[in-house]
Amino acid sequence: MKTHRRNKLLAIIGGLLLLSGAVALILYALSSNINHFYPPTEVSQGKAPLDKTIRVGGLVAYNSVKRAADGLDVEFTVTDNQNSLTVQYHGILPDLFKEGQGVIAEGQLVSKTEFVASKVLAKHDEKYMPPEVEQSLEKYGHPGKKQSTDY
Amino acid sequence: MAKAWRWFHQLGSPKYLFQKTGQWLPWVWAATLILLAVGLYYSLWASPIEVRQGQGHTVRIMYVHVPAAALSMIAYIAMAIAATVGLVWKMKMAFAVVRSIAPVGAAMTFLALFTGSVWGKPTWGTWWEWDARMTSELLLLFLYLGYIALHASFSDRSKADKAGAILAIVGVINIPIIYFSVKWWNTLHQGYSVTEKGALDPAFQTPLFLMLGAIYLLFAALVLMRLRAEIILRNQKSRWVKEWASGSEVKS
Repeated sequence: MKTHRRNKLLAIIGGLLLLSGAVALILYALSSNINHFYPPTEVSQGKAPLDKTIRVGGLVAYNSVKRAADGLDVEFTVTDNQNSLTVQYHGILPDLFKEGQGVIAEGQLVSKTEFVASKVLAKHDEKYMPPEVEQSLEKYGHPGKKQSTDY
Repeated sequence: MAKAWRWFHQLGSPKYLFQKTGQWLPWVWAATLILLAVGLYYSLWASPIEVRQGQGHTVRIMYVHVPAAALSMIAYIAMAIAATVGLVWKMKMAFAVVRSIAPVGAAMTFLALFTGSVWGKPTWGTWWEWDARMTSELLLLFLYLGYIALHASFSDRSKADKAGAILAIVGVINIPIIYFSVKWWNTLHQGYSVTEKGALDPAFQTPLFLMLGAIYLLFAALVLMRLRAEIILRNQKSRWVKEWASGSEVKS
């Protein structure tokens, strides 16, 4: 490669590396803002601020959903299989909301274990299953289900 | 190696590139249409629904969303590589390639964002959330549009090419951010289904991979068509273009 071309290529690569470094530092500094939600473990470690609008996310614990006899009040437990917290919500839940499924709640922390949500979003995980596979899993035991009934 | 190098130089010739792309294009289109037809058949009929996605058929959005999102990133990488070739080797046709990719890449990005939004409403319960994946993909759309706007704002084409190339190269930093966003941060968007073993049931893989191939080819076909238009636009004063415009075959 001719010298002036090599120099130009090096200048482009060097510039890109420097810029990537700068972007990496910015992203690192902002990482707490980029994270879309706090898992319950981070909440229990005190990383999430109280009385400020934040989001928490995790799995809806089995047998934890309690609906009010009348009205739209609902209470459930969000867990990441290490720690958990109780979420209170008034409103309509998304279609995908189900015990054992991922969920993200937006609202405020009242204490380290209590959260009052103003919005609840369902989180879809990376697993895609056709109905037949789900049925055979139900029949022969769901690998994920056994673990989470410990709560 | 020497042969590849010669080929690389030949592609730098507008006339040669115009002839070659003209020969490739019918084949690329034919392959695109065949794969698209098979892919759409599998996507829309011959594949199961997803068990948790409420209304059943929303999973089919994936067969457009994932290929469009993949192409939106790959197109940008291709743009940045072509821009580097243009700047380092002063190859005018490389700049023509950059300019040809930009609107197609922007369309792919828009398609990924739009289908994602339409899927997100019934699945997540929201059209849009400012999570890392969606925000960085939106930034990608602005980078494409920024390139197009920047390129259009110069009256001198070689200046436009250079300025645009620098923007295209700088913006490539966003690509790993988009790709790794679901791994680096907690996002509403799910993690990797395609590369994660066992995450995506084989019944969904067939239509997805067919559509991925089809959208790749569609992208190639659209870029080649735009590239041919770009070559004509950039070489209006050449004799071969005048001859081509008056209806005679381009001879080497």
